[in-house]
Amino acid sequence: MRGLIERLCTSYGPAGREEQVRAAIITEIVKLNESYTVDTLGNLVVHKSAAAGKKILVAAHMDEIGLMVTYIEENGFLRFTNLGGIPPGILWGLRVVFADGLVGVIGQEKIEGTRKPDLKQHYIDIGAADREEAQARVKIGDSAVYFAPVYQAGKRLSAKSLDNRIGCVVLLETLKRLGGLTLPVEVYFAFTVQEEVGLRGARTAAYRLKPDYGLAVDVTRVGDTPEPDFKTGVALGKGPAIKIMDSAVICHPGVTRLMQDVAEKKGIPFQPEVLERGGTDAGAIHLTREGVPSGALSIPCRYIHTPAEMVDLDDVENSIALLTELLKSTDW
Amino acid sequence: MLIKELSVIPGVSGDETRVRNYIREKVTALGLPSHTDSLGNLYVSKEGRRRGAPPELMLTAHMDEVGLMVSSIEKSGHLRFYKVGGVYEEALISKPVKIGTADILGVIGAKAIHLQKKEERKKALTIENLYIDIGAKDKEDAEKVVKVGDYVSFYSEASRYEDIIRGKAFDNRAGCAALLEILKRDYPCSFTVVFTVQEEVGIRGARVAAYRVNPRLALVIETTIAADTPEIKEHELSTSLGGGPAFTVKDDSVIVHPHLLDRLVQVAGEQKRPYQFRRFGGSFTDAGAIATAGGGVAAAVISTPCRYIHSPLSMLNLKDWHHLVEIVDGFIRSIDEKGLEI
Repeated sequence: MRGLIERLCTSYGPAGREEQVRAAIITEIVKLNESYTVDTLGNLVVHKSAAAGKKILVAAHMDEIGLMVTYIEENGFLRFTNLGGIPPGILWGLRVVFADGLVGVIGQEKIEGTRKPDLKQHYIDIGAADREEAQARVKIGDSAVYFAPVYQAGKRLSAKSLDNRIGCVVLLETLKRLGGLTLPVEVYFAFTVQEEVGLRGARTAAYRLKPDYGLAVDVTRVGDTPEPDFKTGVALGKGPAIKIMDSAVICHPGVTRLMQDVAEKKGIPFQPEVLERGGTDAGAIHLTREGVPSGALSIPCRYIHTPAEMVDLDDVENSIALLTELLKSTDW
Repeated sequence: MLIKELSVIPGVSGDETRVRNYIREKVTALGLPSHTDSLGNLYVSKEGRRRGAPPELMLTAHMDEVGLMVSSIEKSGHLRFYKVGGVYEEALISKPVKIGTADILGVIGAKAIHLQKKEERKKALTIENLYIDIGAKDKEDAEKVVKVGDYVSFYSEASRYEDIIRGKAFDNRAGCAALLEILKRDYPCSFTVVFTVQEEVGIRGARVAAYRVNPRLALVIETTIAADTPEIKEHELSTSLGGGPAFTVKDDSVIVHPHLLDRLVQVAGEQKRPYQFRRFGGSFTDAGAIATAGGGVAAAVISTPCRYIHSPLSMLNLKDWHHLVEIVDGFIRSIDEKGLEI
């Protein structure tokens, strides 16, 4: 699994430009001898059919936050806009990488007084001497993501884009463990696009697939660090979080209860999650067509949207266990 | 001139009737079938010379403009109002307006400058300090001609000096005019044109239009911020007047499908026309609603740059608009000739 995490987390896939990470996931799907489809917006779907039973959409987004080039200065510096929630305060000195492997450094203009820096005061330096040289490497509309290695210390693993490649890992590992089993439910494993810019891929995937239930697998914020910026009981290492609510969805109590029941019955640790700021694909799925009862399984994660997000590998293992058991459940 | 004629018609979001009637008349005169849905979107089917193939391309432009709505009537006969869409509030003072379907004339007033205290003069006047004055002597008098809920639109003449035109609501009557120009032409393929409603209040009309039409590809014709004014840095100016039509790479509502963007750039290049990229990554367009409608649509946006949008008087360069029309024309033909894999 460590290898899989490394492959996905070092893949390039900002919102709207998911080709490379999608190809990496397809490689894993092919290894499992599963077939797949890709839709208009780029959502990747693996269908596990069953003779009868409810249809469940399990969604993990494969996109990551990024930067998109909007202007190339005369002296070769690139100006950019954000794809999703890039925190402007951490950018200075970070390295970013483009689709073709080109690496740039983020610089910052002089900030007057005590003002907080905003994106417009930053630029990407790709080492080009002038506009012409820069244009030979980059064009407007090209996107970059954080350039960061994967690092593990004990049970804790740190990487860029664990949000939400770790969710993709949970889906792929679950798919592997379910292997040749005949399931009591029909499952669509969807690796969705453009979650970071507004849950866009999940909306259209859910429309196409018409599920009876929706389940998002994504990371969630924790409150177990010194002076966290908001209060939550969710902590690293205490098991997957079962979402009750976030700003985009109030989870269906039936789905939440089933998740808790399965976890208790199988002795899988879990924690309840109420996330005041943030949303996941469940927010888009549950409002599709006539409404889809939905829930979410969250992997606790520190430093979300930085180049060094951090998860606990026991939480990842328990998330896979919970999702696997949930899809084997006859109580949907 | 189409843009000027469209510009002066009142058509605040939710009150697009007169704009729609004008467009429908033009479309009917071209012999094209059209219909309207319950929100007020106007659909026009453009059948190509080669019949039979189901249209997979949808082109849209929103008909509505930002404006105001009467919220209450004071005892004195002055009207208080809401904003409809992202009106440039500080620009409202002393502007003439038209109210309701009878086009009652009013002026946006505030406390006389002579009576303002020193501190008051330093602050921009916002909606709380403003009212619409129709010259009524009291509430009863005002109620004879206006009522709460009446729409208020800017009353601005459209004028032209060489290639520069000035007027209200170029966002997005310039887009509507471009699509009317396209509809006059002859194409081998079929496509659907939709003039949408309520874009300025949250891309509402386009969402249901995309659901009904169910296209594979969509091109949104828009009018976008040109901020090539003295205080703005080059990388923040978004677009410049006279720099050619602008392609969007992303905004807050959509990431433009890269294959569509590449094709637009290719067409502009083949036609040797100027173009620019919108440098501002924010705000929203109908493309956002369209891309996520139904099972998903590959969508792109092309815009005429325009200064001072969302104010009573905006300004654009007709050369940019002409280039936009030709690029849209070339794009339709290119999709027909070469197809487009998504």
